Amino acid sequence: MPDLRELYQEVILEHSKAPRNYRELPTANHRAEGYNPLCGDHFTVYLNLAGDSIRDITFQGSGCAISKASASMMTQMVKGKTRAEAATLFEQFHKLVTGKSPANGNGNRAELGKLSVFSGVSEFPVRVKCATLAWHTLQASLEGKQDTVSTE
Amino acid sequence: MTTAAKRLARESHLADVREIDARFDVQKVRRDFPILRRRVGGRNLVYLDNAATSQKPQAVIDAIGRYYELDNANIHRGVHFLSERATEEYEGARKKVQLFLHAADASEIIFVRGVTEAINLVAQTYGRTNVRAGDEVLISAMEHHSNIVPWQILCEEKGARLRVVPISDSGELMLEEFGRLLGPRTKIVAITHVSNALGTIVPVQRIIAMAHRENIPVLVDGAQAVPHLKVDVQAVDSDFYVFSGHKVYGPTGIGVLYGKSALLGAMPPYQGGGDMISSVTFEKTTYNKLPHKFEAGTPHVAGAIGLGAAIEYVNGLGLDNIAAHEHNLLTYATGTVSAIPGVRLIGTAREKAGVLSFLLDDIHPHDIGTILDQEGIAIRTGHHCAQPVMQRFGIAATARASFALYNTREEVDALVEGIQKVREVFA
Repeated sequence: MPDLRELYQEVILEHSKAPRNYRELPTANHRAEGYNPLCGDHFTVYLNLAGDSIRDITFQGSGCAISKASASMMTQMVKGKTRAEAATLFEQFHKLVTGKSPANGNGNRAELGKLSVFSGVSEFPVRVKCATLAWHTLQASLEGKQDTVSTE
Repeated sequence: MTTAAKRLARESHLADVREIDARFDVQKVRRDFPILRRRVGGRNLVYLDNAATSQKPQAVIDAIGRYYELDNANIHRGVHFLSERATEEYEGARKKVQLFLHAADASEIIFVRGVTEAINLVAQTYGRTNVRAGDEVLISAMEHHSNIVPWQILCEEKGARLRVVPISDSGELMLEEFGRLLGPRTKIVAITHVSNALGTIVPVQRIIAMAHRENIPVLVDGAQAVPHLKVDVQAVDSDFYVFSGHKVYGPTGIGVLYGKSALLGAMPPYQGGGDMISSVTFEKTTYNKLPHKFEAGTPHVAGAIGLGAAIEYVNGLGLDNIAAHEHNLLTYATGTVSAIPGVRLIGTAREKAGVLSFLLDDIHPHDIGTILDQEGIAIRTGHHCAQPVMQRFGIAATARASFALYNTREEVDALVEGIQKVREVFA
């Protein structure tokens, strides 16, 4: 049986209780909504894009500890990055939470930085959607999609 | 109450509990369900997701196996031995359902896939014939999506209006509001017997009496009722009563629509095909008599037989005994779970069956579910396909433990310990 502490790491619990960048963004020029109809998790991601780079990013909504912490840490990680850099980070993050990181994953983890605390999610396949909801929403926002993103 | 009176009440309650335990040997019952011996992640399975689907006794599993091993053939067609056997078994199951629901005649029992198909059937046949622009369909605020969406589709098509009876903060139907909403435009009332999200038992007999005074027919969604309560469709005078086999220890993919003969007889068919006809020419088809008019195509023969076996199993234990055991269990669970600091129960109606929905501090139910799963405890978390109920209480989701005849107080204790564990993780 996978270890719960691997999933609910202190950092994750802390971010879920006190999410960072948790507010509306008055200067937002992009926004997208993400929704998981299965569990009712619902987030809005606000973006201020300056040319190709993410000048500011915030979010609001409701969800479980995993989805909220993931959204919170995502906003910290992608702020200041270009679209391409954010997309690459999501790709690596997705591999991490689905257990598809290379076995020796150190290089990968180094780039992911503190997002590597989510590695425990890979032992809980039904929670992958929680961890990636905010990221899918960010992706939709970057691509300028108007529809609500669904992880179902 | 004085201390002495409290003690007396408690002692009398404990005596009741002991008497019910003596009549209902839950450990013996558990041995009838092979899956309950299964271990999950090295722990004994504690299955508390019975409102989603129930586990199956060996008798049901065997009945399905036996049918495929010995009697499998298509029904109502062949002249050969096996076809006759299969038809007998299938129609025998219909008879068992008739007696289970106390219906007047077996031809009033239509086999369908489940409650969802049953309600869609009624909406698309009775509804499309009788509901017109400006008319109203009346449902309640605690319906499962399957008793909302089919009516919405109908109302959209017809330009009719879906009206909703509100519920109180404890999760009880507001009967006065119901009375006010019944009117000359109301063409049908569709209401749950027991709420899947809250556990509320709805006083359907009173509701039906009120609707019948205005000559309005009533469909009762019995999905969460038939495993827990004795249902008598004639005594409550229900016009339509629907339930799913898999929630009452039968297989998935089989369910029942009960309808009064007069109503079913006047309704157009739902699906066209084989078995639902008397004669077919390219100019005209004459439909078969009830119940076959509503059973186009080869039905789920094995499913019906499995459901028949499930009903026999339930009858063997006695629904009164089952109800008493489950009532005890729910009372015990309500007491012990609500005593945990930070727990808030959602759905505190006076009359409840089978369901304990709760929140724990501001911990998301999904997280509760994952942590309990690590303890081998299966509960449901989410909106329970009843999003309007969640909106009514201003919440996104609940954690829901739901009980069946094979659950024990020890399993409730495991749930309580599991919830304590959740509190530790999120401390």
